[in-house]
Amino acid sequence: MNAMAVNQEYKRNKIHPQKFATWLACASITMMFTALTSAYIVRQAGGNWLEFRLPGIFLASTMTIVASSIALHGSFLAYKKGKEQLYKMLLLLGLALGFAFVITQYQGWVALQNIGVPLKTNPSGDFVYAISGLHAAHVLGGIVALIIGAIRAFSMPFKVTERRKLRQEMTLTYWHFVDLLWVYLFALLTLYS
Amino acid sequence: MAHAANNPMSEEDILIKEQGYDDHFHDHHHGDKYQSNFITTYVFSQDHKIIARQFLITGMIWAIIGGLMSLVFRLQLGFPEENMAWLKPILGRWITLNEAGLGSIAPEFYYAMVTMHGTIIVFFVLTAGLSGTFSNLLIPLQVGARDMASPFLNMLSYWFFFLAGVVMFISLFLSTGPFSGGWTAYPPLSALPQASTGSGAGMTLWLISLVLFVVSVLLGGINYVTTVLNLRTKGMTMWRMPLTIWAFFVTAILGILSFPVLASGFFLLVFDRGLGTSFFLNEIYIGGQALDHVGGSPVLYQHLFWFLGHPEVYIIILPAMGLVSEVLSVHARKPIFGYKAMVYSILAIAFLSFIVWAHHMFMSGVNPFISNFFVVFTLIIAVPSAVKVFNWIATLYGGNVRFTAASLFAIGFVSMFISGGLTGIFLGNSAIDIQLHDTYFVVAHFHIVMGIAAFFGMFAGVYQWFPKMFGRFMNESLGRIHFWGTLVGAYAIFWPMHYLGMAGVPRRYYKFDVFESFGQFATMNKFITIAAIFVFALQVLFVINFFYSIWKGKKMTTKNPWGASTLEWTTPINTGHGNWEGNIPTVHRWPYDYGKDGKEFISQIQPLSEGEKDGGDH
Repeated sequence: MNAMAVNQEYKRNKIHPQKFATWLACASITMMFTALTSAYIVRQAGGNWLEFRLPGIFLASTMTIVASSIALHGSFLAYKKGKEQLYKMLLLLGLALGFAFVITQYQGWVALQNIGVPLKTNPSGDFVYAISGLHAAHVLGGIVALIIGAIRAFSMPFKVTERRKLRQEMTLTYWHFVDLLWVYLFALLTLYS
Repeated sequence: MAHAANNPMSEEDILIKEQGYDDHFHDHHHGDKYQSNFITTYVFSQDHKIIARQFLITGMIWAIIGGLMSLVFRLQLGFPEENMAWLKPILGRWITLNEAGLGSIAPEFYYAMVTMHGTIIVFFVLTAGLSGTFSNLLIPLQVGARDMASPFLNMLSYWFFFLAGVVMFISLFLSTGPFSGGWTAYPPLSALPQASTGSGAGMTLWLISLVLFVVSVLLGGINYVTTVLNLRTKGMTMWRMPLTIWAFFVTAILGILSFPVLASGFFLLVFDRGLGTSFFLNEIYIGGQALDHVGGSPVLYQHLFWFLGHPEVYIIILPAMGLVSEVLSVHARKPIFGYKAMVYSILAIAFLSFIVWAHHMFMSGVNPFISNFFVVFTLIIAVPSAVKVFNWIATLYGGNVRFTAASLFAIGFVSMFISGGLTGIFLGNSAIDIQLHDTYFVVAHFHIVMGIAAFFGMFAGVYQWFPKMFGRFMNESLGRIHFWGTLVGAYAIFWPMHYLGMAGVPRRYYKFDVFESFGQFATMNKFITIAAIFVFALQVLFVINFFYSIWKGKKMTTKNPWGASTLEWTTPINTGHGNWEGNIPTVHRWPYDYGKDGKEFISQIQPLSEGEKDGGDH
C-alpha cells in the first residue's frame, strides 16, 4: 500500500495513522451512545417511567464479553511472543465468547419480554431494547473483523509481522472498546432504572 | 517529467530535490494500482484529487437541482395567482388545473420542495460539495502528503455520498412525493407515516439517504483528521499549517463528534416509525383517531437534532472561512493578519458550537431559564467571529490587492458574513426571538450568513484552485460578472426578507391570501422572486464557464500562477498520483511570507536565511 510507504518515513510519529483512525472511530461511536445516554436520562426525568429490574441474564452477558476481551488480549500477547497454538486457541475462544455475548443479549430481550416489558410498553423498556440493540450491532461488526482474523490465522503460515500485528491490534482495540462500552451501558441501565 | 524538458529545473525543483526527503514512493512501481485503467482512474479512484473533483461536480449537480427547487417555490410566493400550467410538462401531477384550465402548484409539493431544498443545500452541497471537495484536494497537497491516510476509505466516503444522493433522487419521483416536513424532520410529521403525504415512503428514503450521508461524513472526517495529524511532511508543524488546513481539520472533528448524535436521533426515530415505540410521540390524533403513542417527547428529538444541527452550520462555514483566509492573503500580497488569533478563533467557534444548540428551540417549550444559558454562549460566538472579520479586513488594509474572481468572492464572503452575522445577534436573544422566530427574518439571516457566504467561499476556492484541479484557468471576465451579479442579486433577494420577518411574515407558508396584514408585501415578494431568477441565471453562467474551462480554458503554463507560498503550487502542473514526482518537499517556514525582505512571496520550502525568524513565531 502506497500510503503505508509514506508513513514508514515518519519516524517521529508515535502512532500509526490507521491505529489512530480506529481510535477516532471509537470516539465517534462514543458520541452516539453519549447522545442516547442523555436522551435516556432526560426522558426519565420527564416522568411516566416504568421501573423494573434488568433481567439477571444481562449480568451473564456482561461477564461473557469481558471474558472474550481477556481471551483476545491473551491471544494477541501470545501472537507477539510467537506462541502459535495458544494464539489460535485463544482467538477462537474469544470469537466464541463474542458469539455467546450476542446470543445472551438476545436471551436478555426475551427475558425482558417475559417479565412483562415487551417493546412498546414504556420508553424505559424501549430504551433498553434500542440501546442494547445498537450496541449489539457494533459487536457484530467486531465479530466480522474477528472472523476475518481467524480465517487469516488458520489459512496463512504463522509468522509475526508488523503488518499482521497492526491488524490484530486494531481489531483488539475495537473489541476492548465495545466491551467497555457495554460495561458502561450495563451500569447505566442497572443503576438508572 | 514532460514539462521539465521545456523549462530547466526551477529553483523550487532544486530545493525539493536537495532539501526534500525520499520516501521511496517511486521505488516500488508495481503498476499504479490506483490508476491502472479508466475505471480506477476516473470512477472508483482512490486518488484524493480525483475524489475532490467527484465531490465538486456531484455537489454542483445537486446545487442546480436544489436551486431550481427554490425557483419553483419562489414562483409560488411571488406570483401565487399566476397560471402555472406551463410547468405541467415538467412537474406533472404536482401542478393542479382548475376548471378554467389555470394551473397552480400543489401545496404538498410546495412543502416537499422547501424540505428538499434545505436538505440538499445543507448536506449535499455545502457539506459534501464544500468540505468534501476542498478537504480532499488541499489536505494532502498543503501538508505535503502523497495521499490521504486511507485512500480506500476516502473512496468509500465519496461513494456513500453518491449513494445517499441516488436514494434522495429516487424519492423525488415517488407518487406520494419526497419528504415534506421540513429539513429538520421533526416528529410527529417524520415519525408517523400517515401524518402527511411525504411522511410515508418519502420519509423512509430521506432517512436511508441521510444515514448513508452520515457514514460518508464520518469516513471522510476520520481520514482528514488522521491525515492532518499523522502525514504532515517534515518541518510542517501545526503552527506552519495554512488556515485552510486548520479549518478543514477542525471541521472534520466537529463532524466526527456531532453526526453520530444525529444518527442516534434517527435511530430512535426509526424505532418510533417502524416498531411503534414512543420516544418522540405523545397523545396524537390523526383523522379524529387517537393513536396509542404515549409518553414521548418531540422536544427530545429537537435536542438530538440540533446538537448536530448547530455544529453543522460551522461544518459549513469553517471551510469557507479557511478558503477565504488563504485567498485574501495570497491576493492582498500580505501575510494573513493575526494568524494565531485566526487559529484560536476557529477553535473557539468550534468549542462554542457545541453549547448553543438550544437557541434553535427557544420557542419550542424549553425552560426560559435554560434559554438564558444558551443566549449567553450564542452571543459569545460573536467574539471569535468578530476577531476573524477584523483580521480579514486588516489583511486587506494597505494590501496591493489583485481583484481576481477568487479574491472578489473572498471579499464578498466577508461582506455577507458581516451582514448575516449581525442579524444573528438579534436572533440569539430569546426575548427578541418571540417576535422573530420562524419568520423570514430567520430565513434572511441564515441564507446570508451560511448560505450565500458559504457559496462565496466555495466560489473563491473554485476560481483559485481550478488551475490545480484541471490545469487550466476559468474565464476571468465571466467570473467577475458572476461575482458582481451574484453579490447584488443575493442582497436583493435576502435584504427585503428582513423587513418581512420584522413584520411577522412566517416562513414555509404556501400562501398569505388569508392574512390581510401580509398582503402589502405582495410586490416585495415579486421583487424577491425576480431577483432569485436573476441570481440563478448567473449561476448557470458559472456552470458553463466551469465546464467550458475544463476543456477549453486558458492553459496553465507555470506551476505557481498566483505566486502563493503553500505547497500545492510546488507540484507539477499535471499533478499525478503521489503529488510530487521526486522527493516530498521539506517545510521551513509558515505559509504567509508575502512581501517580506523585498520579495513578493517566499515559498514554504525555502530555508530560513541566517538570523531570519519564522513568521508564524511572533
